[in-house]
Amino acid sequence: MSDPANESPVDAKARRGRNIALALGLVLFVVLVFVVTIVRLGANVAPPF
Amino acid sequence: MAMSEALPTAAQPARDKAPARWQDFVQLMKPRVMSLVVFTGLTGLVCADAPVNPVLGAVAILCIAVGAGASGALNMWYDADIDAKMRRTRGRPVPAGRVQGADALALGVVLSMFSVMLMGMALNWLAAGLLAFTIFFYAVVYTVWLKRWTAQNIVIGGLAGALPPVIGWAAASGTVPLNAWLLCGIIFMWTPPHFWALSLYTSEDYEKAGVPMMPLVAGAASTRRQILIYSLLFAPLCLAPAFTGLGGPAYLAAAALGGLVFVLLAVRLQRSQAGDAGAQRKDDGLYGVRAGARDARNLFAFSILYLTLLFATLLVEHLMAVKPLELL
Repeated sequence: MSDPANESPVDAKARRGRNIALALGLVLFVVLVFVVTIVRLGANVAPPF
Repeated sequence: MAMSEALPTAAQPARDKAPARWQDFVQLMKPRVMSLVVFTGLTGLVCADAPVNPVLGAVAILCIAVGAGASGALNMWYDADIDAKMRRTRGRPVPAGRVQGADALALGVVLSMFSVMLMGMALNWLAAGLLAFTIFFYAVVYTVWLKRWTAQNIVIGGLAGALPPVIGWAAASGTVPLNAWLLCGIIFMWTPPHFWALSLYTSEDYEKAGVPMMPLVAGAASTRRQILIYSLLFAPLCLAPAFTGLGGPAYLAAAALGGLVFVLLAVRLQRSQAGDAGAQRKDDGLYGVRAGARDARNLFAFSILYLTLLFATLLVEHLMAVKPLELL
């Protein structure tokens, strides 16, 4: 990993892209776990309509 | 050992190299392989004919795709040394120096755990166990053990590529009946003719890397003969789903006609000079074909079309029987 204090603009842009992709991946995972929980709860607790 | 050669390259400070972009990490996951796995996994999930919530079905397919991506990242980490020697693979992120080997390894391990855990929690642990086994089989049994050791590497290793429909089936129904294994068997028997046809005109690359592909170990004539034998076993196997309740009339027609063409192409390949030494390369493209090896390329291309056709037909036949409201 390059030192953020001495990195070139190209390195900084690449690092920013990686960070955004990682953040989006983590948010997607959290949303996914939430949605799966709701769906499974719905199937097991709530009566079918 | 591969690591001793791969890590120094991957661990070099990459000041003179392009920095890793997020797209490089996507490339580590072999997106084209992922798309094939999504297709066959979805076919297994739909063919199970079990009512599965569409959201959970989508999560199952996502887990299969991410698990395949994890296998790809682990493969690229371990194989960085031989990838650097082959024209087809030397531009991959690790051998090209854009991504460090340790980062590829971390991506593979983390994605493996996420995909297996999510599959277990969202669907069932049978599907999660099969997914974990598939990742292990591809990353360890095939990549670490078989690939550099035996000419039967892609025959045995083909099981990893054949399991996604079984995982999809298990995710939907919690069971893996005979029909699920039939889908697995079709891909398993398809793999040797497909990859050996390719290796008949790309064996130079494998030779440079020291990978014991069949044409290098047994010779081109033996490879062509083995392709024909596997094709003669593969074509009738493709008809079987029509007699076990899995495929309908459209599937039977597609399997019979396609199987006939497959065998004819294998016979033509067996009679050709494909892969024989002495033939000159006609062009310098990635899959530039040696003179006389067009028959190998024809079978390779048709094998992709045929497998796609078989699974697409099954998918359509079963989707037409789905009653959407019953899934909610």
